[in-house]
Amino acid sequence: MDDFLAARSQMALSLGFHIIFACIGMVMPFFMAVAHYKWLRTGQQVYKNVTKAWSKGVAIFFATGAVSGTVLSFELGLLWPTFMEHAGPIFGMPFSLEGTAFFIEAIALGFFLYGWDKFNPWFHWFTGVVVGISGLASGILVVAANAWMNSPAGFDYIDGQYLHIDPIEAMFNDAWFSQALHMTLAAFVATGFAVAGVHALMVLKGRNILFHQKAFRIAAIFGTVAAVLQPLSGDISAKDVAKRQPAKLAAMEAHFHTEKSAPLIIGGIVNEEEAQVNYALKIPGLLSWMAHGDSQKAVTGLNQIPKEDHPPVAITHYSFQVMVGLGMLMMLLAFIYFIALLKKKTWLSGKWLYKLFVIAIPMGFIAIEAGWMVTEIGRQPWIIHGVMRTVDAVTPMPGIAYSFYIFTAVYISLSLIVMFLLYRQIKMVSKIYDVHDDELTIKHA
Amino acid sequence: MLYVVIAFLWASIWLYLLLGGADFGAGIIELISTGENRNKTRHTMYRAIGPIWEANHMWLIIAIVILFVGFPHIYTTMSIFVHIPLTAMLLGIIARGTAFVFRNYDAVEDNMQKIYNRIFVYSSAITPFFLGIIAASTVSRKIDKEADDFLSAYIYSWLNGFGITVGLFTVCICGFLAAIYIIGEVNTKEDKEHFIKIAKKMVVAAFISGAFVFLAAHLEQIPLLDWIFGHWVGNIAIAAASISLIVLWLTLDKNKDILIRLLAGFQISMILLAATYTHFPKIVLLKDGSALSLIDEAGLNKTIDSLAWALLLGSIFILPSLFYLLYSFENKKNTRSELRH
Ligand code: HDD
Ligand code: HEM
Ligand code: HEM
Repeated sequence: MDDFLAARSQMALSLGFHIIFACIGMVMPFFMAVAHYKWLRTGQQVYKNVTKAWSKGVAIFFATGAVSGTVLSFELGLLWPTFMEHAGPIFGMPFSLEGTAFFIEAIALGFFLYGWDKFNPWFHWFTGVVVGISGLASGILVVAANAWMNSPAGFDYIDGQYLHIDPIEAMFNDAWFSQALHMTLAAFVATGFAVAGVHALMVLKGRNILFHQKAFRIAAIFGTVAAVLQPLSGDISAKDVAKRQPAKLAAMEAHFHTEKSAPLIIGGIVNEEEAQVNYALKIPGLLSWMAHGDSQKAVTGLNQIPKEDHPPVAITHYSFQVMVGLGMLMMLLAFIYFIALLKKKTWLSGKWLYKLFVIAIPMGFIAIEAGWMVTEIGRQPWIIHGVMRTVDAVTPMPGIAYSFYIFTAVYISLSLIVMFLLYRQIKMVSKIYDVHDDELTIKHA
Repeated sequence: MLYVVIAFLWASIWLYLLLGGADFGAGIIELISTGENRNKTRHTMYRAIGPIWEANHMWLIIAIVILFVGFPHIYTTMSIFVHIPLTAMLLGIIARGTAFVFRNYDAVEDNMQKIYNRIFVYSSAITPFFLGIIAASTVSRKIDKEADDFLSAYIYSWLNGFGITVGLFTVCICGFLAAIYIIGEVNTKEDKEHFIKIAKKMVVAAFISGAFVFLAAHLEQIPLLDWIFGHWVGNIAIAAASISLIVLWLTLDKNKDILIRLLAGFQISMILLAATYTHFPKIVLLKDGSALSLIDEAGLNKTIDSLAWALLLGSIFILPSLFYLLYSFENKKNTRSELRH
C-alpha cells in the first residue's frame, strides 16, 4: 500500500471509529437525563434502572471515545504535519475551547457515575445534564474545525504565507453553522435509532418488557424528532456546499456537465471515464432547485472544473445516495411512529413496529459514516479547500502502511470487544434489575 | 500572554506526570504484585482513582493542543521524527484505557477479566516507558532534520541508551508515586506495611535507574550533569528533592499520609524543574546544535492571545469543579456506593 493512501486510510479509519463513540457520548446523557428525571419525579424504580443500565453503557463508550480522541489529536500531526504546522494556529481556537468542554464533561461524568446516593438527587441529576451539554459543545467545536477545512477563513494566503491570522473569524467560518447543525442532529438520529432498536429487540424477545418499553420510548422520541428535522438541515447543507464547493456538489450528484434545470440523479452506476451515469433515475430540475432554490438555474458540472481539482466522483456519489436514502427511510419510520403515538395507539402493541425499529438499528450510523465520506472525500484533492493539497500535507516518514495495519487490527478488536461487552450488559439486564417487583432494590452482579 | 501559555503548558505536563503517573503506577504495582495483594491494589486504586480517572489524561490532551496551536513547528517536528515511539505510546494509551473500563464495567466476571487485567498491567508499564523515551529524545540532540536515511531520521532519533534509561526511570517514578498514594488509601496496618515496603522498593529502583540515566548520558555525551548542576536553580531543586526524599523515607511508616504525598509530589516536581529549567525556553535540542525554543517558535500574537484567553477561561470553570470533585470523593469515600466495586 502506498504511504499516502495508507495515511488517508488511517485517518479515515480513526475518525470513522471515533465518531461512533463521540455521537453516543454526546447524546446518551440526554436520554439518561430524561429517564433520571422521570425517576426523581415519579419514583418508579424502572426509570432508575433504565438510567443506571444506560450509564454503564455510556461509561464504556465514553472511555473508548476518549482514547480514540486522544489518538486523533496526535494523529493529526503524525500523519499531516505540514497541514498542522500551518493550520494549527489558525483553526486551533475551537480545539482549545474544546479542551475545556471535554474537561468539564469528564469531571461531570465523574460526579454522575460515582455519585449515586452521595449527593442531593437534583445536583446529581444536574451533573448528568452537564455531561450532555458539554459533550454537545465539544462536538460542535470540532466540527467548526472541520468546517474550516471546507471553508477556510480568518487568514490571508499570500505567496504561500499565512498572514493576518484571526482565530475567531476562522472558527465562525461559512460552513460552521450548517455542518454543526447537521452533525448534531445526526448524532441524535443515529443514537436514538440504534438505542431504540436494541430495546425493541428485547421487547420482541419478551424480556423485561416494562423496562425495555420505557427505554425504547425515550430513545425513539429523540431519534424520530431529529430524523424529521435532518433532511431539512441537509437541504441547508446542500445549498451551502453548492455555494462554496461546487466541485464537491458536482461529485455528490455525479453531475458531469453544467446544465440549466439540472436533474437529480438517483441510483445508477457512475462511469468516471466516460463522464456519465448509467441506469439512473433522473428527476428534471430537482438538482437546480436543491442547490439554488430555483429549478431553472444552472448547476456547475465537473466539466467546468480543472481535472486536477476533481474529487473522486463515484464514491462521493454513492455515499451521498446512501446517506440521503437512509435519511428518507428513517424519516418515514419517524412519521409512522408519530401516527402510532398520536392517533393509532394500537400500533404500539403490535410487533411489526418494533420490528421496523430493529431493522433501523444500524441505519443512522451508516448514514453518518456515509455523510462524512461525502464531506471528506468530496473535499479532495484539498486538505484545506483551495489552499493546501492533501498530498503536500502528508508526513515524509515512510512505512505508514504498517502503522495503518496495526491501527486497523486494534480498532477491529476494540469494536468486537465493545460489542461483546454490550451484549453481555444487555443480557444481564434481566438478572440485575428485577422489574417484576418495583420495590426490590438492585441486586449486585 | 506568551508566558501564560507556557505556564499552562508546563502545568499540564507537570500534572500529567503527577496524576497520570500515579495512575500508570497503579498498574505497574499490580504488575509486580502477586495473589491477594494484586487484587488489593486493583480494588483500592479503582476506589481512589475511579472518579478522576477520566480527567487524568485530559492533561496530556491540553498539552498537545497547546503545542499544536501555539507552537506548531515544535509539534510537527516531534510528530515527524519521533513518530514511532509516539505511536507506541498511543497504542499503550488505547490498550490501557479500554482495558480499565472493560474490566470495571463488564457485566459478567469470568476469564475475560484475566485478559483485561493482563492488558492493563502491561500497557501501564509500556506507556510511561515510551513517554520517557519521547521526553529523552527532546534533549538528547539526536533528532536530525538533515538525515536522509530511514534509520538515522526515524529510529536513532529516539532509540539510544539514554532514551531507554529515561524510560525505565519514568516507569519507576510512576510506581513510586502510586505506592505513596495507595498508602493513604488502605486502612489496615498490614496493608499499610505492605505498600510501604513497595514504596521503599520503588525508591531504590528509581535511584538505580536514575544512576543509569547519568551513566547513559555520559556515554552518549549528553551533558546532563552540567545542565542540572550548572545553574543555581538546578542545584537548589536537586538539593530540595534529596532532602524531601530523606524526610520521606523517615516518615514513611509514621502514618502521615498527607505529608508523604506532598513530599513525593514535591520531589517529582523538583526533578521536573531541574530537568527543564536550564535550557528553558529551548525545549527541543536538535542534532545540528540548534534548538526549538518556546519563544522563537510561538505563533502570532493573535493566536497566542486567544489561546491564553481560552485557557484562562477554561480554568475558571475547570479548577473549582475539579477540586470539588476530589473533595467530595475524599469526604464521602466510605459511603456505600451502588456501583459494583
Ligand atoms: C444520521 C445521519 C444523517 C442523515 C440521515 C443525513 N445526513 Fe447529511 N451528513 C451527515 C449525516 C446525515 C453527517 C455525517 O453528519 C455529515 C458529514 C459532515 C457533516 O457536517 O454532516 C453529513 C453531510 C452532509 C452534506 C455535506 C455537508 C458538507 O460537506 O459541508 C450534505 C449536503 C448533506 N449531508 C445533506 C443531507 C441530506 C439532503 C439528507 C437528507 C435526508 C441528509 N444529509 C441526511
Ligand atoms: C468524526 C467524523 C469524521 C469522519 C468520519 C471523517 C472522515 C474522513 C475520511 C473518510 C477522510 C479521508 C478522505 C480521503 O483522503 O479521501 C478524512 C480525512 C481527513 N479528515 Fe476527516 N472526518 C471526520 C471529521 C474530521 C474533523 C473534525 C477533522 C479536523 C478537525 C478532520 C480532519 C481530517 C484530515 C486532516 C484528513 C486528512 C486529509 C484529507 O484526506 O483531506 N476530519 N476524514
Ligand atoms: C466531527 C467530529 C467529532 C465529533 C462530533 C467529536 C465529538 C467528541 C465527543 C462528544 C467526545 C467526548 C467523548 C465521549 O463522550 O465519548 C470526544 C472525545 C474526544 N475527541 Fe472527538 N469528536 C470529533 C472529532 C475529533 C477530532 C478530529 C479530534 C482530534 C483532533 C478529536 C479529539 C477528541 C479528544 C482528544 C477526545 C477525548 C476527550 C476526553 O477525554 O473526554 N475529536 N469527541
